[in-house]
Order: sequence, then structure tokens, then C-alpha cells
Amino acid sequence: MIVSARETWLSRVLLVVLMVVTIVPFISLFVTALHAPGTYPSGLEWPETPYWSNFVDAFTAADMGALLWSSLLIEIGVVPVALLIATLAGFSLGHLRPPGHRAIFLTFVLGLTLPFQAVIVPLYYQMRDLGLLNTRWAIILPLIGLYMPFAVMWMRAHFVTMPEELSEAARIDGAGTWALFSRIHVPLSVPALSSLGILLFLWTWNQFLLAVVLVDDPAKRTMAGALGAFQGQWGTDVPLLCAGSLLILTPTLIVFLVFQRRFVSALMQGALKG
Amino acid sequence: MMQTRTTGTTGRREVSEQSSTSAEARRRALRARRLRRGWVALGLVVPAAVAYAAFVLRPLVLTVQYSFYDWNGVTESTWVGVENYRRLVDNPEMLGSIGNALELIVYFSFVPVLLGLLTAATIRKFATSRLALVSRTVLFLPQVIPLVAAGIMWTWLLASDGLVNELLRGIGLDALTRAWLGDTSTALPAVGVIGAWVALGLCMLLLLAGMAKIDPSLYEAARIDGAGAVREFFAITLPSVRQEIGVCVTVTVISALAAFDIVYISTQGGPANSTLVPGLEIYYLGFFSREVGQASALAVVFMALVLAVVLPIQRLTRESDR
Repeated sequence: MIVSARETWLSRVLLVVLMVVTIVPFISLFVTALHAPGTYPSGLEWPETPYWSNFVDAFTAADMGALLWSSLLIEIGVVPVALLIATLAGFSLGHLRPPGHRAIFLTFVLGLTLPFQAVIVPLYYQMRDLGLLNTRWAIILPLIGLYMPFAVMWMRAHFVTMPEELSEAARIDGAGTWALFSRIHVPLSVPALSSLGILLFLWTWNQFLLAVVLVDDPAKRTMAGALGAFQGQWGTDVPLLCAGSLLILTPTLIVFLVFQRRFVSALMQGALKG
Repeated sequence: MMQTRTTGTTGRREVSEQSSTSAEARRRALRARRLRRGWVALGLVVPAAVAYAAFVLRPLVLTVQYSFYDWNGVTESTWVGVENYRRLVDNPEMLGSIGNALELIVYFSFVPVLLGLLTAATIRKFATSRLALVSRTVLFLPQVIPLVAAGIMWTWLLASDGLVNELLRGIGLDALTRAWLGDTSTALPAVGVIGAWVALGLCMLLLLAGMAKIDPSLYEAARIDGAGAVREFFAITLPSVRQEIGVCVTVTVISALAAFDIVYISTQGGPANSTLVPGLEIYYLGFFSREVGQASALAVVFMALVLAVVLPIQRLTRESDR
């Protein structure tokens, strides 16, 4: 390709500048977290004596062990169930195409652009009437429902591309619908399933609104919801708040760095489909 | 029924007739099986449909219903017709929140998409280099962390003692320093900076992916014809990524209109409602002032607003597919 040296140089500078702008907030957060509790440290200055103990204090203050456990329980309640029922529906609507599949799919698509705030008030009263307020179920059950428009669309888009001949061959060999699903199609759907799983995991972990509204006890919330409570409690102690924020965002960062490629492609596909 | 009519035949038959009845029987069996399969297939949709109906469709209907009542969530509700909607139109605070949401589109959507286009177009040429690969990871970081964490980070960066003001003082622009999130004239743009920071990486990488699909010979031809970087961008790059631009705009516009986490953490809608957005106002009305009807009326208008903005964008991108 014909590219002038000046252009290449300029592009590199631009890219580095963007990376710096992205990274600096993280560094600032980290450096601030190392300053003496209760102080207002300035900018990016490395502290004379780094207070590593802030991380321990934040860990105890936020009851991080309980938070991690709570988030994990919510993930376990949401992700596998949402994946399973969305896959079943996607398989049916995209591959088996029963009568009425178009109308059913359109009904799901209706919910695609719905902001969660639009239904949060009735959800609160619904959870109250079910006696589920302040339990993790109050987050788990609505999230499964709210994920369905996207998850069903995602899985349907995958199953629409599966060739009809594959199923016909399996049917001739005597496979029923269930066998067709579990033995043929699910094994072939692993990439689509794992990308969707990553997205649902991330959205659940970062879910804030439902956690704040439906669950009062921070120890029963998602990580992001608990962080909101932590800010309310420790907002005036900047170093401790920074340490707490870092602790809370570290798990997602680790998961991201480990599954990087999957994450990037899942998020980009997620945007394309949404 | 039509199907049973052919079954009542007796006596000797010719071979061809016999085979036609068995063909008929086979067709019937096939139809029965197809019908059964149809029911089984519909059955597979039931769990997802139940979850969707219970936690999305039902609350949606209830939101509309609540919006016609005056209700504090505890005592008896009273029917007030369109009163809640009328009060909404008369209330400058609520209209202001909608205006703020529309203004946020500029920061959450236009800025990251334009910046993303500019940078993607410049780094397109070495998109497979190590630098570009590292940047994929780095620029994605804001997408991965909770928005709450982004809010806390930037609240500190934009505070009066924060890094942004430090830098301004460092280059002698002391006059510009201020508590960015606490000043009515800068609070909304400051919230916008946070949103732009979150969205930039995704936009840039989506646009880069779109540009990677462009045939390189197009660029070579343009260069040979003497086109510069600018001409090249407008003649080749921009038209080829129309669909990706549509995706970026849709995703970021929705996040601007539905902004909640960032605003809640960084300003709580203040100072003096200068960053109040509909999502936050619904939360306050519904759970603090306990005006369930009023909150629901705003929610209905809010949903209509999102659809009114997003659907035309969707249509525009669809057309570019053809």
C-alpha cells in the first residue's frame, strides 16, 4: 500500500494519545488509592509512603468477600438459565420455524431498545407483591426476562444460518426434536453460546439500576450495585473510595484480559446485532 | 374431514390404486408429524416467552396503566386520566431532563463516532501492527468495567483538585480551572466526557473492522489518481462504512438517552438539575417522591422518545444495506 511516512507517523501519535487518554484515569485511580486515607492527593503524584493497606481497608469496609460471593450467586442464577431458554427459543424460531414464528420473534424484537428505567417502577411493585424485594431473586428473575430480546435475537441469528440438510439427515436417522437440538445443534453452537455468555456475564456483573432499586442490602447486590453503596458511604475518603473501586473493577479486568479475543469479538458482534 | 374421506374404500383394487392410498396415508402421517413438531417447536419458545412476558411485557403494560393514576404506591390509587401527562408538559424540570438527554447525544454519540472515524481512518493502514493490536485491548478497557466505576474515576479526575485541573494549571490556564461537575454551565458536558471516554474504543474498533473489509485496490487506485488522504476518506472510506456508522450511532444514542449509572454516580442530576436525565427523574419520582403515576407517565414518554430517535437511524442503516 502506498502510504507516506508522515501519515504513518501521525497515525501512530494519534493512536498513542488515545491510549494514554484511556489509561490515565486508571493510573490516576491507582495512584490516588495509595495515598494516606482522608487526604486529597493531587494528580498523578506517587506518594512518599504508599499506603497499600488502603486496599485491605477497602476490602474489609466493603465486605468484598461477601460481595464477590453475592455477584457470583447472581451470575449463576442468571447466565445459565438465560442461555438455555434463549437457545431453545432461538433454535425453534430460527431453525424449526413453527407456525407463527415471525410474529413471536417480532414480539421479542420489540423489547430490544427498551431502557431498563422504563419498567423499573412496576418491577418494584411486582417484586414486592411476590415477596422477593431485598433478595437476589429480585435481580435474577427480571434480568433473565430483560435479556430475552437480545439473547433470543442473538441465538436465532445463529440458528438461521444452520443448513436444513443437517437436520433432515438427523431426522432420517431417527432423531427426535430434542436429540436434534442437544446432540447436533448445541455442539455446533458453542462459539455463539460462549460469546453470548460473555456478554450476559458482563452485563449482569455491571448491572446497577436493578440492584440499587430492588435490593437494599449491598451484600446481596451485584458488584456495580455494591460500588454505588460504597460511594455513598466512603465518598468523602477519596483514597479509600479509589481503592474500593479498583478492587471492584479488577475481577472484570482479569476476566477480560484472560478471554480478550472472545471479549472483543463478542462485544463488537453484540453491538452489530443490537 | 377431507382426510378421512379417502379411507372408506373396500374390495379389490388395482396396484396403482393401492399405492396411491398408501401415499395418501404417508402424506397424512407426515402432516401429523409436522403438526406435532410444530407444537414441540412452539413449546421450546415457552420458557423464554414466559420470562419475557412476566418481566418485560407485563411491566410495560403496567407502566402505561399506572400513568393514568395518582398513586403513592401504598394507599388506594385514583384515576386521573391524562393529568400526569399534562403536568409533565407543564413541568420545566421534566422537560429539562428530556432536553438534557438530547444534549447528551452530542457527547455520548457524535463525539465518539466522529473521533472514532478520524482515528480509525488514520490507523487503518497499519491495523495489523503490534501497536494496533495492543490498542485493541487498551481502548476496550472502558467497555468492560462497570459504568459506576467509570463515574467514580472521572468524578475524581474532574474534581477541583483532580488531574484535569492540575494539567490546566500546569500549562498556565489557571483561569479555566473549576469543579467541572459542580458548575451548572460545565456539568452536562463533563458528564458527556465520561460517556465519550466509555464509547470511543467500541466505535473505533467497529469502524476499523468495517474498514478492513474495503478492497485495498480501491485505495491504490485513488492514490495513483492523485487523491490525498482527505479525498480518499470522503470518496472511499466514509461510504464503505455507512453501516458500521449506523451501528455505532444506534448503540451510543441509546446509551445517551438511557444514561443513568454515570449521572447517578457523578452528579445525581445536579447542580440545579443541570444534568437531570429522564432515567434519573423516573427513579426519583418513583422511589423518593413516591409519585408512581407521574413516574410512569414520564417512562411512557421516555420510551416513545427512544423509539422516535432510534427507529429512523435504524431505517437509514437498513437502506444502506441494499
